[in-house]
Amino acid sequence: MSPSRRGEPRDPHDDGRPRMRAVVGSNRIEEDIFGRVFDGKVVSRIWKFVEPYRRRVWIAVAAVLVFTLSQLTIPLLIRYAIDHGMAPGAPGGLLAGIVALFGVAIAINYAASLVQERVTGQMAENVLFDIRRKMFGHLQHVSLSFMDKTEVGRLMSRLQGDVNSMQEFLETSVQSVGDIALLVGIVGVMLWLDWQLAGLVLMVLPVLFGVRVLWLAKARAAFMAAHEANSVTNNALAEAIHGVRAVQAMNRARLNAELYGELANRTYQAQLRASRLAQIMIPIVDSLTGIAMAVVVVAGGMMVASGRIEVGVMVAFLFYVQRFFDPIRSLTMQYSVMQRAMASGHRLTEVLDVEVDVTDAPDAVPLGPVDDGSVEFRNVTFGYDPAIPVLKDVSFAVASGERVALVGPTGSGKSSSISLIHRFYDVQEGAVLVGGRDVRGVTQESLGRHIAMVLQEPYLFTGTVMENIRYSSYWASDEDVIAAARAVGAHDFIAAMPGAYDAMLDERGSNLSLGQRQLLSFARALAADAKILVLDEATANIDSYTEMQIQRALQRLLEGRTGLVIAHRLATIRNADRIVVLQQGVKIEEGTHDALMAQRGLYSKLYDLNYASFDDIPDELTDADRATAT
Amino acid sequence: MTPPNQAAATPDRVFRRTASIDPQKGVGAVARITAMCFRYPWRAGLAFAATVPAVLMQLAIPFILGRAIDQTLAADRDNPDVRALVLIALTLLAVSVLRGLFTLVQNYSAESVGHALAQDLRNAIYDKVQRLPFSFHDRTHSGDLITVGMLDLEGVRMYFSTALVRTLLLTLLIGIGAWLLLSTDVVMGLLALSFVPFAAWRSTVMRLTLRRTWLILQEKLGVLSQVMEENLAGIRVVRAFAAQDHEMAKFDASSKDALDYSHQRIDVRVRNTSAMTLAFFAAMGLVLLYGGRQVAAGEITVGTLATFLTFMTILQMPVRQLGLMVNAYARASTCGTRLFQLLDMPVEIDDAPDAKNLEVTEGTLRLENVGFGYQGASGQRAVSGISFEAKRGETIGILGAPGAGKTTLMHLIPRFYDPTEGAITIDGQDLRNVTLGSVREAVAIVQQDSFLFTTTIENNIAYAAPFTEERRIRGVADSAQLHDYVLGLPQQYGTVVGERGVSLSGGQRQRLSIARTLMTEPAVLIFDDSTAAIDAGTESRIRTALRGYATDRVTVIVAHRLASLKHADRILFMEDGQIVERGTHEELLALGGRYKALHDLQMHPEADVLEKEAPQ
Ligand SMILES: Nc1ncnc2c1ncn2[C@@H]1O[C@H](COP(=O)(O)OP(=O)(O)OP(=O)(O)O)[C@@H](O)[C@H]1O
Ligand SMILES: Nc1ncnc2c1ncn2[C@@H]1O[C@H](COP(=O)(O)OP(=O)(O)OP(=O)(O)O)[C@@H](O)[C@H]1O
Ligand SMILES: [Mg+2]
Ligand SMILES: [Mg+2]
Repeated sequence: MSPSRRGEPRDPHDDGRPRMRAVVGSNRIEEDIFGRVFDGKVVSRIWKFVEPYRRRVWIAVAAVLVFTLSQLTIPLLIRYAIDHGMAPGAPGGLLAGIVALFGVAIAINYAASLVQERVTGQMAENVLFDIRRKMFGHLQHVSLSFMDKTEVGRLMSRLQGDVNSMQEFLETSVQSVGDIALLVGIVGVMLWLDWQLAGLVLMVLPVLFGVRVLWLAKARAAFMAAHEANSVTNNALAEAIHGVRAVQAMNRARLNAELYGELANRTYQAQLRASRLAQIMIPIVDSLTGIAMAVVVVAGGMMVASGRIEVGVMVAFLFYVQRFFDPIRSLTMQYSVMQRAMASGHRLTEVLDVEVDVTDAPDAVPLGPVDDGSVEFRNVTFGYDPAIPVLKDVSFAVASGERVALVGPTGSGKSSSISLIHRFYDVQEGAVLVGGRDVRGVTQESLGRHIAMVLQEPYLFTGTVMENIRYSSYWASDEDVIAAARAVGAHDFIAAMPGAYDAMLDERGSNLSLGQRQLLSFARALAADAKILVLDEATANIDSYTEMQIQRALQRLLEGRTGLVIAHRLATIRNADRIVVLQQGVKIEEGTHDALMAQRGLYSKLYDLNYASFDDIPDELTDADRATAT
Repeated sequence: MTPPNQAAATPDRVFRRTASIDPQKGVGAVARITAMCFRYPWRAGLAFAATVPAVLMQLAIPFILGRAIDQTLAADRDNPDVRALVLIALTLLAVSVLRGLFTLVQNYSAESVGHALAQDLRNAIYDKVQRLPFSFHDRTHSGDLITVGMLDLEGVRMYFSTALVRTLLLTLLIGIGAWLLLSTDVVMGLLALSFVPFAAWRSTVMRLTLRRTWLILQEKLGVLSQVMEENLAGIRVVRAFAAQDHEMAKFDASSKDALDYSHQRIDVRVRNTSAMTLAFFAAMGLVLLYGGRQVAAGEITVGTLATFLTFMTILQMPVRQLGLMVNAYARASTCGTRLFQLLDMPVEIDDAPDAKNLEVTEGTLRLENVGFGYQGASGQRAVSGISFEAKRGETIGILGAPGAGKTTLMHLIPRFYDPTEGAITIDGQDLRNVTLGSVREAVAIVQQDSFLFTTTIENNIAYAAPFTEERRIRGVADSAQLHDYVLGLPQQYGTVVGERGVSLSGGQRQRLSIARTLMTEPAVLIFDDSTAAIDAGTESRIRTALRGYATDRVTVIVAHRLASLKHADRILFMEDGQIVERGTHEELLALGGRYKALHDLQMHPEADVLEKEAPQ
């Protein structure tokens, strides 16, 4: 099992670089887990979430102060009991009286801790859920270009890990108000009891603080390394789980296990180091406690002997000495909790601040049933990276009720065009109009209702077939859903599944064939009952016969609706009214099938290719067309 | 071969947090973890060995303090015995230092056992996850597996330090402490210890309740995170349907559920911990009252009383920790059960005991009467009665409606699943009797729904052969018609493709997965509908580039575009899991069956075909 005994992955090319490609997990750089101790901006952002619970915060702080006060009183009462209650000539009831007071103190202590912990805990939990909700809600609106660049796992760790460390911080920060009060209280009481003895004992305090500050710097680096190693390793595990089918298909299991072994070992080393550093503090604190107690014993003992103080004071001191290391310990701990929370808070606000560059204009109007289903591209230029345009000065129009096909080689910008209709992204130049209005001038919600889409990549949710087809179209009745499924020819296989429409789909619909998933996502678009239907390769994984049946059914369903169809199998688009041909982001041809065939341009070439066999293609044609595929 | 096992009722919930855990199994799991800890006998032994002196030192402190107080009281006013005090103080210091050192050794050894164990388990889990067959992954949600690999691993890791070592520590501490107290003064000892049973009981009950509620909460949070994760992964669908409100409603429902539950949990915790503290202080009050009377009566010294009180403070922590300890056992048992369930999961598709490597000589692929049904499909066969043969250099074309069983059949050839009937052989060797690694080397597949890794184009292409030369990467990229596109990117082969390849077009994704499969030199090469998003022109160029490559192997192509299949040596038409027509293009056309109908549909795309067939 020990990876050290396992050989390094064999590397036949010893030129130092090839190892680069043998990696597991994405080698993303973990951000700092510790931030500055105090970041005013972050705090004020987080405070906004706490503000609604202001009253509870004050209650909790009040409770924690009461709690601390009662904590402080207890050793004092013991002192009085010893020095006065038990003194040889003490009145009989005095001891009982002091013990009764003691009883009152502990009752208050009980009540205060009950209130404080419950209020703090629930408040922190509420804030946590509020922050998460806000972030999740925000992610529903941030631009897709951000989502494209960001791994889901990374966002999930924001929504969970970072939110949790904020919660930890909120819970402990009320506690630390108590700790500070306790520390001040103990020091105060000790000084009040006997300032000279207190002064002696308190000399260990600066030493302790100094040691901890030095230690913290080192320990933090070690903790960070352990955390990072751990998350890199976990990330590699997640990748193996998600990509297991590719790993097995490409026979990488053995090599991956070796690579992962190295990561696991690195984590092991880092965690050992972190634990070493964490534990090293124990003997130090214990020694300092020992010194403080020794001081009390010698100095206090002398004082008692010389009659300067009573023995009860010495006992109280011994109690306080053992107590005051606790708040110091938790305060320094709080220091790193706070740093961690600041870093997390920073990342949370980062998510909350991700620009929503696609927003409803202030004067946006909703598209309603009265608006028609026309679509128009007016000199549209667009690029995911503005420096590299994917669509260049594209113009075409689709009248309401018309059926238009978008055709072009792979990567020519077809899917990108339809993303623009839905305003997934904003154009850099020109305008996209839907229902005669610029998409930037209508509300996104109504735009979504106006257009139904079948995306190139069918994505299904874990849930029943019924839930998946209906999705957000709450207005669709069960009958509507079944009608949609029938229209795309999915009804038969759904009916054959155990549970039929109540059959559960696994993650991403993996218990269906890809064509079946595509049919469901097609049915989902139909169930939405929108004016404009956009089909991006909706039948690419479906045989022509099934496709023909769908088209037949659609003829009725699409009466009066606008259709925008993308397909590589040109038979799919045979009954389109018009065809727009894109090549490398430029519209190069437009017209009916016959007109385009007569033109003998790219479309006619693609069309011929569709029906010829590939082996018949003359080589010069292939070379001439080489540049068309990007 | 036995038919697929339908006994496991809801196999997909095996790894859910609240899956009812067999208590017997829990005991077994704890025993097994314990045994694993002793794979590191030195460190484990050291942890136990250091615990004993650490406890003794800790218990010595109250006595030394008691002595110090008595010494002070006994001191002569005018001529205090400073030496005696200093001696006591030094002992106190030495004992404190030693206590710290022994605790350090104890904790560090215990944690290092945990970390070492975690390392072993991580490797074992990773290995297992990679080797478990598709059928297992089909019915297990990835989120559940990730939880096993992260949370359950933690639970098992913490077992040695928080359960085993702590058991010894607490037994010694409470046992010796109680004995010392009782032997000093029975009544006061009893009073001082009076809070122990209550606190121990409360703390144990509370921890166990919390554990159960924690599992439920975990499951609720699991649902919440599944909602969030699927939302983020399917964000384009969410946007396409303007379904944000719908998604928020889903989120709110599971979020509120989890929040309410978590409030209840806090309540349980707070009430119990406060009650325990109260019991402790109450006992202290009793000691004070009774002890005070004794002191006043001169029966005991103030030092003895102080010893008692200090003792109580020292005992308070371990008594509360009893609950933590019980919890650690409970946690280890649930986490361990799930973890071992994964580790013990039989790898249904694995090397036979005396398997040799597959030896490819002729390179002939044969399927004989092959049948297969998915688990949980209640005995329904996804494919059945499939037989065909293909020799090196031949191309087999397969087509059929969605769900006809094409992918299922293709997945049987690289042994992603084992057929439930019949056999698949290469050069006469049944694939089940040779090593799995050699089968996967001999059979390469471009999957229909391929997974791209979140890394550079280069790493993705070279995934199957990461130590290859740069030149080959470019070569295969060129064959897959990807090279020119890549050169147009600012970072060329170093461009990261985004999660699952989001920043590529559909066709680019498919070409990338074709390219990475071409890195291998298989005897059988399968394209499972892998050119659906590629235009005919590009596809034809890919086919031209592969002409030479295909002569050395059997090629199986699943496609819907007839042009992709037309020149195959044999075309198989599948329907409901069976081959219903087979032959060359010409033979099938002559047959005038389904293939012919499909052909006519694709080849004569005049609108009237539709009109003619449309039922009115
Ligand atoms: N999310 C994205 N981020 C960055 N670049 C992208 C993104 N999506 C697509 N591209 C790039 O934009 C170009 C056009 O892609 P698009 O998806 O529009 O092509 P397409 O015409 O739909 O092709 P296909 O037929 O292969 O689906 C491609 O070069 C692609 O790599
Ligand atoms: N993992 C699975 N678990 C259970 N049933 C499955 C699973 N995968 C596929 N099926 C079912 O088995 C049948 C055959 O599916 P398969 O994926 O082989 O079809 P296919 O011919 O490849 O279709 P397509 O053209 O849509 O890709 C379908 O009815 C499908 O629902
Ligand atoms: Mg596309
Ligand atoms: Mg398939």
